[in-house]
Amino acid sequence: MIKAILIFNNHGKPRLSKFYEHYSEDTEQQIIRETFHLVSKRDENVCNFLEGGMLIGGSENKLIYRHYATLYFVFCVDSSESELGILDLIQVFVETLDKCFENVCELDLIFHVDKVHNILAEMVMGGMVLETNMNEIITQVDAQNKMEKSEFSSFFSLYRRLSFSLPGRTGRHRLVLQVPLLVPCLP
Amino acid sequence: MSPSVRLQEMIRVIRGARTQGEERGVIQRECAAIRAQFRQADNGTRSHNLAKLLYVHMLGYPAHFGQMECVRLIASPRYNEKRVGYLGAMMLLDEKQDASLLITNSIKNDLSHNSQYVQSLALCTLACMGSAEMCRDLAPEIDRLLRASNSYIKKKAALCAVHIVRKVPDLGELFTPAARSLLCEKNHGVLHGAVVLITELCERNPDTLEQFRKVVPELVQIMKGLVMSGYSPEHNVAGISDPFLQVRILRLLRILGRNNDTASDAMNDLLAQVATNTDSSKTAGSAVLYETVLTVMDIKSESGLRVLAVNILGRFLLNNDRNIRYISMTSLQKIVQTDHNAVQRHRGTIVDCLKDQDASVKRRALELSLALVSAVNIRSLMKELLLFLSSCPPELRAHTTSGIFNAAERYAPSQRWHIDTILHVLTTAGGDVRDETVPNLIQLITTATELHCYTVHKLYRALITDISVQSLVQVACWCIGEYGDLLLRGECEETEPVQVTEDDVLDALETVLQSHMSSPATRGFALTATMKLSTRITHNVDRIRSIVSIYGSCIDVELQQRAVEYNALFKKYDHMRYRGSVCGAPSVIAKLPEYLLGGSGEPVPSSGLSHTVPGPATSTSGGDLLDLLGGLDVSPGE
Repeated sequence: MIKAILIFNNHGKPRLSKFYEHYSEDTEQQIIRETFHLVSKRDENVCNFLEGGMLIGGSENKLIYRHYATLYFVFCVDSSESELGILDLIQVFVETLDKCFENVCELDLIFHVDKVHNILAEMVMGGMVLETNMNEIITQVDAQNKMEKSEFSSFFSLYRRLSFSLPGRTGRHRLVLQVPLLVPCLP
Repeated sequence: MSPSVRLQEMIRVIRGARTQGEERGVIQRECAAIRAQFRQADNGTRSHNLAKLLYVHMLGYPAHFGQMECVRLIASPRYNEKRVGYLGAMMLLDEKQDASLLITNSIKNDLSHNSQYVQSLALCTLACMGSAEMCRDLAPEIDRLLRASNSYIKKKAALCAVHIVRKVPDLGELFTPAARSLLCEKNHGVLHGAVVLITELCERNPDTLEQFRKVVPELVQIMKGLVMSGYSPEHNVAGISDPFLQVRILRLLRILGRNNDTASDAMNDLLAQVATNTDSSKTAGSAVLYETVLTVMDIKSESGLRVLAVNILGRFLLNNDRNIRYISMTSLQKIVQTDHNAVQRHRGTIVDCLKDQDASVKRRALELSLALVSAVNIRSLMKELLLFLSSCPPELRAHTTSGIFNAAERYAPSQRWHIDTILHVLTTAGGDVRDETVPNLIQLITTATELHCYTVHKLYRALITDISVQSLVQVACWCIGEYGDLLLRGECEETEPVQVTEDDVLDALETVLQSHMSSPATRGFALTATMKLSTRITHNVDRIRSIVSIYGSCIDVELQQRAVEYNALFKKYDHMRYRGSVCGAPSVIAKLPEYLLGGSGEPVPSSGLSHTVPGPATSTSGGDLLDLLGGLDVSPGE
């Protein structure tokens, strides 16, 4: 079972936090800080597995992480999950995000947290892996977004439709942070 | 307006804040506005506000006032509001909140909704935070969805059923027939969910496990299809067809084949096929191979297959990729108990991994090395472990020292080797050893009578080099106090003799007493040792007397008590002190009860001195003297 999925940047700011077990708000923040502390100490060419910190269950749980440009993707799992499988799952997740956002970068995740949650909900449900086929996931996410948009256009026809372009695309602030997220595929 | 736009504006403002204080201010203002709007009637902005609240919650600010809003939004007919409401429910609500019960009805209605996306929202939320009551209420609905819906809903319903079974194990029987029929589906997502569900059911209930043994042939068929099929673009990951599903099926086969010959026979061929045909150059292939190996080792497989599996693990161990090496060591750890000899063959590689730079790999290698220690390899392996100890990362030290001690206790080839090993550990990492190391070591030394001379020489040398490691200093003081005469005699067969005068010894003990690095317990040891030496040396008794009397006014109560009592021995019972002490310390009774070791942690042997002073009349304070051979009175320290 996956206990938590965390995405945070190189300074420890959370970009997505999804817990599949209940913790209090304070504990959640502490877990994020502790995980960041453990993961940021690691070198670039060591293995992607770590024992979990004390708050999230100690040595029975593992942290499986990947570092892409400015973001860490961390999955905290227990012993019933295959570690290499989760490593592949992270890759599938990032590739899906890339497809959905077109050259995804950290800003996309910041400003579209709800969309990322929706995508994640199609992949992992209740702490268990639901779907791993990227095309299937994207199809479903697109269909749901269409449903949402159709509600708006019918209900809010009075309002002028704002362009649904994402902030980076209008070219207003291309920050240095916008480095393409994907590194070359797995060896 | 889509909720995303308003949310983005707020995010922009928050990011514009330059200090933490400014950010807090912005968020407080936003939260106040959100709270006010929640109280008002519906004005079309509820979903925006909840989305903002969830963002703020992720950053760590309190968001509990949004819980009722989640309930309201879930009940709304509009999809976008439902969506945000359900997301909020998953993030803010849990079983302990009362509000979670209120959404049960909404979920029930949504499970029968026309739109599959609304159904999926409800399923997702139930699977994430459904309480036991909610699960009980809604289980029949989930069962219905498992049987008659499209594949999108079926796969979600399957995982929801897993959650229900985890919360309310009795409901497992309800889902068993549906789970069985799901195996006939073609859709990989549904198959995956079905396999997870069956795995959960089998793990919970042995009867269900029996039932599902009959589906082993079906599972084998599915696996064969996956392994032998050509390239299929939809499920392909790095050349392997749906490795996620393959791994899940292999795990289920493992559970079904455990301790059962028929089931294991049915899978032997398949496992051999997978093991030989899977390409392990990429992670996906390695994941499948790894799972295959674990399955082979766990079921009753033929010996040829087992050998193949261990060889695969050995190949993994030599892989350049650190991830693979880590994984192979994890799996070797699982089988080291049952297939000890097979793992022993790879001992060399494992010991090399101790020197790897990666802390995770080091940790695995350490665990495995400690598990591989046996009477045959204890000397060579211990050398490696001691080498590792001198350079190991701090978080692993305590574990390493206790592992070394355990191994030494079980397989020590000789007492001298044992003592040497413990002393080596104390010198390298004395600060990280367990508390009971000191009394254990003392007991060990006492029993090794022919090594007293050697031990006391070694400890003396260690003492004059470095007095910062408390455990080592304590043992050294005790030893010098007990066997000081052997030290002063100067001759020893096992180590080069060194001329030690009485002054040297007393200097060393005094240094310990006066050093600010010594803990109170260590000082106690040193003082008692000094006192004991008064009967073993001839010339400097006055010096000892003066040392002891100085501590009679020490600020530490424990030391003061001891010093005063020792002084009393000098004054009133001088005649008995010498005569009684000729007996020396009695051999320590093994496994002394806890209370004898008392609050000061000082082991009983040092009160061997008190044993020589007869009668209760000599006690000054603190109760009766301990009488080792008679009744055991409780007396903290002496």
